[in-house]
Amino acid sequence: MSALTFTLKTPLQQRVDCSPLTPDFLAGKSAAEIAAVDLQCGNRKLRADALFDIAGDDSTAIVIKNADGKLDFIGSKMQSGSITVHGNAGSYLGFQMKKGEITLHGDAHAYVASGMAGGSMKINGNVGDFLASAIPGDRKGMKGGVVIITGNAGDRVGDQMRRGIVLIEGNVGAYCASRMLAGTIGVLGTVGDYVGFGMRRGTLLLFSMPKMHATLQDCGSHTLPYLKLMFKSFRTLPSKFASIDKNRVQRYAGDLANDGKGEILVFI
Amino acid sequence: MIINGVTIDDTFAEAFGMRGTRVIITAQNLKWAYNAANAMTGFATSVIACGVEAGIEREMDPAETPDGRPGVSVLLFAMGSAVLMKQLETRMGQCVLTCPTAAAFSGIEGGDRINLGKNLRFFGDGFQISKQFGGKRYWRVPVMDGEFLTEEKTGMVRAVGGGNFLVLAESQPQALAACEAAIVAMKKIPNVIMPFPGGVVRSGSKVGSKYKSLIASTNDAFCPTLKGITKTDLSPEIESVMEIVIDGLTDVDIRKATRAGIAAVCELGAANGIKRISAGNYGGKLGQFQFHLREIMSGEAA
Repeated sequence: MSALTFTLKTPLQQRVDCSPLTPDFLAGKSAAEIAAVDLQCGNRKLRADALFDIAGDDSTAIVIKNADGKLDFIGSKMQSGSITVHGNAGSYLGFQMKKGEITLHGDAHAYVASGMAGGSMKINGNVGDFLASAIPGDRKGMKGGVVIITGNAGDRVGDQMRRGIVLIEGNVGAYCASRMLAGTIGVLGTVGDYVGFGMRRGTLLLFSMPKMHATLQDCGSHTLPYLKLMFKSFRTLPSKFASIDKNRVQRYAGDLANDGKGEILVFI
Repeated sequence: MIINGVTIDDTFAEAFGMRGTRVIITAQNLKWAYNAANAMTGFATSVIACGVEAGIEREMDPAETPDGRPGVSVLLFAMGSAVLMKQLETRMGQCVLTCPTAAAFSGIEGGDRINLGKNLRFFGDGFQISKQFGGKRYWRVPVMDGEFLTEEKTGMVRAVGGGNFLVLAESQPQALAACEAAIVAMKKIPNVIMPFPGGVVRSGSKVGSKYKSLIASTNDAFCPTLKGITKTDLSPEIESVMEIVIDGLTDVDIRKATRAGIAAVCELGAANGIKRISAGNYGGKLGQFQFHLREIMSGEAA
């Protein structure tokens, strides 16, 4: 058995909804059936083999090659197996994903891990805005699982995020952890303005002092035992966070304009 | 059967099915882990009046504990799940939550999941924070020394309580010295505790009493001062009897502990005044488990 591989034939003119290309949906399907899977492309439906060269037969390990940034909804609602993407992914990577594993070797657009409830995602590249956030109309963003970004992330990381862990090794844009409900976000690089804007609960781990707006309040410096436990649980992750062992922080609570039970922990 | 001059009675210890759980308590150093654990396992010698039988199982290296601090593991046993859960909660709340720097974690994976710190979080009055790592939920409760960290649940398993043996000696100091040696050896066995003070009990009981309100009373057949006036089990030279009671997660653990304890006692032998090893039972009618001393001592070393 070799990995079921979709290689994009030509650069796309229209965006393509790749949500059917998940291990669960393709499980038990023959090569002909997989080739005939309809993919929404702009305002029409195209057969999978019209867009991709398809090889391999192991649908539990899907590989997408030559991805060019217009492939949306990769791994959407997936519940098992793994998807590996070479090239750039479009928006909504791992949308409402429940279980399994997504690895991206390239960049992704907006709404990565939106509504994600479990599983793990590793992105060896940068992501756009609204990482782990709720799409408009949803009241919760990411709800579980682990997301690792080796590059940078855009604005509104973790907007309305409810649970789970997001670890970003690069920098993030403005409004990081805005309206966050719970969960943990770690950023090794810098964060933009209005960090924790409207943050309700949850934890933001920072390694450099951000600009704080008025409704974030300093709670002093502390040695928090739970951090040791948390970093221990990160040991096996494929991330720079795996080697961190710090538990001395400056604790800021906020956003006091929105209940104020969130915390921004800046390592000192 | 005679080992080093010590007669092993052809009798058995009668033990009961219990519910057991384990909690790992860590702190800034071993001293404070012990302070929390000693408080938590205090007044927990017998289910008759304490609700639970509890004890410290062993010390744990920082490398073994969930949060990388020194710790001890505590075992608690009760006759039913409801009383065990209640006792665990109250003891956690009064003894671990209150102890500076202490944190508590689950010591049993699997089993029935019961509340460890789940309800203690409400002490946080809304400032408590939940964190989930690796499929486990933890609670951070703000307290005056910083934060009290506890896992939400621990495991409860079917366990065995009431394993025991009696040490019959020519004098009280000799009986005590033998029991001390036994406890040292038995503490090396995992999954068991000896819940009585120092692991040793001197007031073994029989079922019933001349007083209607009492369900148990002194085991007069083994009381050396009553040798002449009761149907005694003691020969003239026995002057003191002490008992070691064992609770364990499985019957195999109790067998191992019994064997280790009796072996340590017999090592002192007749030369040190130890004459007999016996065991407490109720004629085999009450307990689900029987630990036959001769069978345990003649079997392969566990």
